[in-house]
Amino acid sequence: MASIARRLLILATALGGAALSAPAAAQNEQFIPILSYRTGPYAVNGAPYANGVVDYYNLINERDGGINGVKILIEECETGYATDKGVECYERLKSKGPTGAAFINPLSTGITFALTEKTAADKIPIITMGYGRADSKNGAVFAYNFPLLGTYWSAADIAIQHVAKELGGFDKLKGKKISLLYHDSPYGKEPIPMLQVLAQKYGFEFTPIPVTHPGVEQKSQWLAIRQHRPDYVLVWGWGVMNSTAIKEAAAVAYPRDKMIGVWWSGAEPDVTPAGDQASGYKSLMLQHGAGKFPAHADIEKYVYAKGKGSTEPGKIGEVLYNRGITNAMLGVEAIRKAQEKFGKQPLTGEQVRWGLENLILTDARIKELGFEGMLKPVSISCSDHEGARYGRVQQWDGKGWKVISDWYTADESLIEPLVADVSAKYAAEKKIKPRDCAKET
Amino acid sequence: MLYREAGQFKATYAEDMAIFPIRQDRIALAVLLGIAFIGVPLLATFRIWPFGTDYLLWAILLPFLILALAAIGTNILVGYCGQISLGSGAFMAIGAYSAYKLATGVHIPLAWLGFAIAIPPLPVLASILLGGFMAAGAGILFGIPSLRIKGLYLAVATLAAQFFFDWAFLRLPWFTNYAPSGSVNAPELDFFGMVVRSPVERYLLCLAVVTVMAVLAKNLVRGNLGRQWMAIRDMDIAAELIGIRPLYAKLTAFAVSSFIIGVAGALWAFVYLGSWEPLAFSIDRSLELLFMVIIGGLGSIMGSFIGAAFILIVPIMLNVIPTKLGLPLSTQTITHLQFIIFGSLICYLLIKEPHGFARLISIGKEKLRLWPFPY
Repeated sequence: MASIARRLLILATALGGAALSAPAAAQNEQFIPILSYRTGPYAVNGAPYANGVVDYYNLINERDGGINGVKILIEECETGYATDKGVECYERLKSKGPTGAAFINPLSTGITFALTEKTAADKIPIITMGYGRADSKNGAVFAYNFPLLGTYWSAADIAIQHVAKELGGFDKLKGKKISLLYHDSPYGKEPIPMLQVLAQKYGFEFTPIPVTHPGVEQKSQWLAIRQHRPDYVLVWGWGVMNSTAIKEAAAVAYPRDKMIGVWWSGAEPDVTPAGDQASGYKSLMLQHGAGKFPAHADIEKYVYAKGKGSTEPGKIGEVLYNRGITNAMLGVEAIRKAQEKFGKQPLTGEQVRWGLENLILTDARIKELGFEGMLKPVSISCSDHEGARYGRVQQWDGKGWKVISDWYTADESLIEPLVADVSAKYAAEKKIKPRDCAKET
Repeated sequence: MLYREAGQFKATYAEDMAIFPIRQDRIALAVLLGIAFIGVPLLATFRIWPFGTDYLLWAILLPFLILALAAIGTNILVGYCGQISLGSGAFMAIGAYSAYKLATGVHIPLAWLGFAIAIPPLPVLASILLGGFMAAGAGILFGIPSLRIKGLYLAVATLAAQFFFDWAFLRLPWFTNYAPSGSVNAPELDFFGMVVRSPVERYLLCLAVVTVMAVLAKNLVRGNLGRQWMAIRDMDIAAELIGIRPLYAKLTAFAVSSFIIGVAGALWAFVYLGSWEPLAFSIDRSLELLFMVIIGGLGSIMGSFIGAAFILIVPIMLNVIPTKLGLPLSTQTITHLQFIIFGSLICYLLIKEPHGFARLISIGKEKLRLWPFPY
């Protein structure tokens, strides 16, 4: 009895000691939290992305010794793509490190919605590259949200542009039937208002078809598609939903080359489980595709050669891995920009926000960073938190992704009124006084 | 030694029937309430360890309080009245969405009658309480089958409520005020001019609601109504023979339980999440509440609190401890370990004590009373 009690006591002291000693960290470190999901139905997509993010931060530490000498300190927290877990992770990590979280990157539109108000109150920027709420492009209302490189409204517009091009002109869209097969969550619902605007403008018939989380059951949806015979099916899926959609399409003999996935439905794990059935499937590209670029060579040299890589070397250069490093790069560059103004030291979220809002990446700078060919120039400002609205379309040929289109630019004249309208509603609801972007520097 | 009632004489019936007849229990409760109402806010205001950051308040105490309230509601139905329910998540959702609709103003155009039902936006407190009443109404409706079917069959009927409301809040845009993404934002928490914003204020608000509701629930289950519920639970035919109306007893259990769950749902949405989608109240939530009640102890108000704490906090602890200890484990290994250990813990507990933590505590109490001279 006594020995058990003593052992328990020792264990308790050890645990307590660990809890107390944890905050003692080096002072010249910039803390960046990573909300990831390596388990659950979305892990197939979450893991490669998280690997890219982690590898890029390690690259900065290993190659450059940090951002201008300020080491990056990271901690991962598993969200499982669940909103409540994401909120818990955010609360757990937001004030770690000497200055708290530099920014947060939830990789979930649902978590983005849940955190939008909290991050603004805590003054921590929330970077949602290629996802998140589309209305947060308006930085005057959403000071802390950065839907970099493209929102779902841009994606919807680019998808329709590509459909029009395949059909031979925007006038050919009239009377056509386009369905949206979407993940029934804020993520999947986000493009609907834009597609409704587009349907009205070009005169095509738009049908949204929801798929319940996690998306492994799609029989009835594809039956409806078979009966309705849409000319195109846009796929807004994530995780297992994507590969299931392709398999079900094959089962009802819906042509795969009439399916266009959003840029979250166009990675290797989405098509490989469907095997040959996936051949011909198309998806949007959030600028970059798969493949290796000079940045990857550095990662292999400085991270993987030292045995610090987080995935198998063969997976470097996959679509979502590339998205991970792109995302990490934009965050690092924002910190670098903010250091120009606030000094080469660990910065607070509020200071990093300034860096993000004034971040401009020219072609020359992108080349310097080793991302030439992956990205087009980015220019973020108070009124435009998106920074760039480019996209291409790629097609899976059974072995790899082939780029099959030129660059598209989302039509701002269509998106802007919707952004203004929806963000104004949010501002009114939350009693936010929009900033005057003309006065921001 | 310390926990002994020798010398505590009860001179009146009121004293004899008090909720906590033993003085030590009253002192313990007073200390607990003192810590909860005064100690925690003080520590949090001055940012003293462990309240150096908002983490403990935001991510642990706030969800714990609200889920404990929901567990009390579930316990009234499942633990006290013996009606197995898998619809708790749906009743939380009804509370949340009704409160949201009422707080943002309801407008139902009845074109064929030539007028519209228009309710102006109500104050937040009224919305939350009315949200509870709406949930109670739905609870009564979905409780009607309980008059004919029992046990697992009733569980399936309540499952229908879960799926129906999941569907309704996801598909009918009216409930979300036609929000494009289907995600809605809670209104500002304005209580008669006092705006609740900071984590401490949110915590105190939830604490007050939970305390009041828990006291009410405790008194209800001790009284006439609670005894009717328990009689129905233990043997419904015998209860009917001694003059208890099953209709009244079962439907009141559904109503009271759904009301409490509905208020918890409104708090979960308004105070904790702030912005939510129907997935926050999915079938997983219903099962989670049922587990809380089973682990905590069926038919025990205190068990609801312990069950909520166990289901909510143990996984988080299991997730945080390896990182704190600096073990070189990847996040996915930690998450898998968390599932394995938590699952085994539940199995172990239920084998060792099928009646849950509440029973463990009452055994402990009995032993303490006799200690150190057990017979």
